[in-house]
Amino acid sequence: MLPDGTLTPSSLGLKDLRWLIYWDKDKCALCGRCTAVCPVKAIELGVHRQRVVFSPLLDAPAKEAPSGLYRVYYGIRQRTEPAHACTGCGMCAQVCPNGAILPYRNDEEDKLRFHFNQGGQPRRRGGRRNDPAPGTLDRIKFVRISMLTDPALDALRHEFELRTLLGRILPPEEELRLYREEGWTPPVREIYPLMIGGMSLGALSPTMWEGLMMGVAYLNEELGLPVRISTGEGGCPPRLLRSRFIKYIILQIASGYFGWDEIVRAIPEMKEDPCAIEIKYGQGAKPGDGGLLLWHKVNELIAAIRGVPPRVSLPSPPTHQTLYSIEESVAKMIQSLAMAWGFRVPVYPKISGTSTALAVLNNLTRNPYAAALCIDGEDGATGAAYEVSLNHMGHPIASNIRDCYLNLVKLGKQNEIPLIAAGGIGKHGNLAANAAALFMLGASAVQIGRYILQAAAGCLGSESDRCNVCNVGICPKGITSQDPRLYRRLDPDRVAERVVDVFLSFDMELKKIVAALGRSTSLPIGMSDALGIDDYHAAERLQIKYVI
Amino acid sequence: MCRLFCVTSDEPQSPMLALGALDVMREGHDGSGVGLFLTDLTGPFAELKDKPILSGIFTKDGLRRLNDFMNALGFWPLYRVVITTDKEPPPGTPKRDFYLIQVYEYPDGWENLDQEEKEFRLMMTRLQLRWMGEEKEDIIVFSFWPDVIMIKEVGDPLLVGEYLRLDRKELQARVIMAQGRQNTNYAINLYACHPFFIQGIATMTNGENTAFVPIREFLLSRGFPGYTGYQSDSEVFTHILHYALKKLGLKLEYYKHLITPLTDEEIKRHPNRELLRRLKLACRPLTIDGPNCVIGCLPDKTVFMVQDRKKLRPGVVGGRPGFYVLCSEMCGLDFAAPDRDKSQDFQPMHLDTVIVYPDRREVRRCSQMEPLPPLH
Repeated sequence: MLPDGTLTPSSLGLKDLRWLIYWDKDKCALCGRCTAVCPVKAIELGVHRQRVVFSPLLDAPAKEAPSGLYRVYYGIRQRTEPAHACTGCGMCAQVCPNGAILPYRNDEEDKLRFHFNQGGQPRRRGGRRNDPAPGTLDRIKFVRISMLTDPALDALRHEFELRTLLGRILPPEEELRLYREEGWTPPVREIYPLMIGGMSLGALSPTMWEGLMMGVAYLNEELGLPVRISTGEGGCPPRLLRSRFIKYIILQIASGYFGWDEIVRAIPEMKEDPCAIEIKYGQGAKPGDGGLLLWHKVNELIAAIRGVPPRVSLPSPPTHQTLYSIEESVAKMIQSLAMAWGFRVPVYPKISGTSTALAVLNNLTRNPYAAALCIDGEDGATGAAYEVSLNHMGHPIASNIRDCYLNLVKLGKQNEIPLIAAGGIGKHGNLAANAAALFMLGASAVQIGRYILQAAAGCLGSESDRCNVCNVGICPKGITSQDPRLYRRLDPDRVAERVVDVFLSFDMELKKIVAALGRSTSLPIGMSDALGIDDYHAAERLQIKYVI
Repeated sequence: MCRLFCVTSDEPQSPMLALGALDVMREGHDGSGVGLFLTDLTGPFAELKDKPILSGIFTKDGLRRLNDFMNALGFWPLYRVVITTDKEPPPGTPKRDFYLIQVYEYPDGWENLDQEEKEFRLMMTRLQLRWMGEEKEDIIVFSFWPDVIMIKEVGDPLLVGEYLRLDRKELQARVIMAQGRQNTNYAINLYACHPFFIQGIATMTNGENTAFVPIREFLLSRGFPGYTGYQSDSEVFTHILHYALKKLGLKLEYYKHLITPLTDEEIKRHPNRELLRRLKLACRPLTIDGPNCVIGCLPDKTVFMVQDRKKLRPGVVGGRPGFYVLCSEMCGLDFAAPDRDKSQDFQPMHLDTVIVYPDRREVRRCSQMEPLPPLH
């Protein structure tokens, strides 16, 4: 601010920002790449005027009085308006040829947080709950190691069967009765226990979506790993619907029903059945709120696939319009969708983590068409949500899954309704350990979203509020943008390669865990005797061992 | 790792044969327990073949409470063997008041019950006695079933056998199972001692069952009161077998498909692929993860041995027509049947179930890859 400037309530100084830019004038080549790449225009060309004191030498021929000179140098200037506050993404550092620039986090709590709501609009962003501390899942250890009383197995050379089931499984007596009588039994898919959760085409860029789909197809067709991916609420491209690859895909239907005109029209022409139908009732990142795709990302392609006009924001309602009661409407919706594919496709609901999950689960146990329950915990990520929902709403996944599993055990239905856990799995990079802990707490499968963006496409977002601009389509990596100038930065083939890397390394790490526990012939669902944690109350709550 | 021995013989055998075999295998057990299961009995027990026999350990008060309880139910004692001894017990063996083996007449009215109801009531009587005993620590019951005697005690198997004089003639049987226990994870408790028994079915196991907790949870949630106990991770093997035979109506050949299902690739090549696929899905929580060797006996006196999928535990079957031994170690088999044709010994591998039917004519080996007998 200049001396004659005006101070407004939202006038911030550099000290007030969350992310600051370190810039080295001596190294800077003045190439301008950093200012060009910055997604929020946080830095701009700076023309700096500098006073230099000139003092002539005593024996100089011409006597001159010492004086102040002004010179100009060029560089960058960090902007301080809230709309242009640096997000810390670090793209400037990535493109700088000389390593002259780097964002760093302010050492003091920022004042920016009080000014995001310009124009009365609360902050909306992408990403996860901003809490960088290790979660409960990261603190769980695997303590029942096979030592001498039974041998640990060889993760590299032993035979492992680490598949899981998606679909309603009947009690053994009932299954045998229907086998004898040749009666109908619900469809069950045998799948890989690590799934890619619902991220729509729209939330993700076309290149990102294509990369994920290619990676999943490769894992299935070339490596025999039955990995499944959910479409999220954004429909599915018509050619994919009519291809044989649809069997690797879980079609999601959510409260906006986006893309379902196209899907329903494609049913008679489908070569194969989809893997399953996921009815999204809730999402861990924004519990009790619907999907949100801001107008920035609704271009012609996205609008066409979703069956909406372009350039309008698409806030899905928090609940399905037909929802009257779980007993009636949810059952009807599950049954209608099952019927649409001739009862050959599992249909399951996805809810956000909540203390009422048990009530939902109990209801589903009485619904013979409910194929699973997916619970998305508070650490789930999103492409767009209100920050208050992201940071403060929702239920941690560990105790939610554990309660549900133990409830199923009480009912004797622990094998009948698979529980799928989602939300922050691998948040700190410990993907296999988090997943294995959830299996042993009772989950049949886990879903990841943000993790695969980070690992397969280099998403820069973090729980220290780095980047997280997915909502407005300016993703500097092109992952969540619909702007061709941005998403062309992402090569779908390279994304597919990284998807394969992630699953192969996960598979090996999972084997490294279960082999040491002496398990190989089945996924150790509910093997809670293997788990320990150094927190007495957490151990009591999860009914696992307290270890210090 | 525990040691297992099972003999099935046309000629009645003394339990001391089994304890002698455990003694030669003694490197593998630490005297933390020995268990005996005797069936196809002889002598006075054979004459009362259809009447239930109660086997257990009682204090003086416990015996009095037992008599009151059984009288109240209308069970009438017909014959008993009471083992008491004034000798000092061997090291580690506690001094007990009575080891009781008592045959009862059924209460009035039971003759009209159907078989299933009768079997259920026998099991519930045993369980009620167990619960009574756990309350006051004066009663331990192992079995209450026709033609079955069980004895369990802490201590070195051979010394315990000599101490209790188990060489007595009335204890001879045509099928004997014995286990010498190597205590691993759990406290020394006679209810943790193999063989385990439920409604005429007995099994014993060596090795650790790493999938114990989910299996236990599944069995406990079946709503069948007999699926209880689980002081040992191996008790689930007995109950899974019971569940397969009595609840699902499957034959013994299916047992291995429940505890160690084939891989999906193998199932695709199997003649009963559809049935096996569906069994694998529905019985997923019963999959054991070994390493285990399971030896068991069915109500019709068929004995069998199966190995877990990893085949990380030994097990051998040998003998001759009329006399077969199923044993966890070769030296135990050598002790019990030194004169057999060793070329006929068979060590079951990861797909095999070995069955000796009550006629004891041959050892039947069936592989999981073979066609299964039809469902009932």
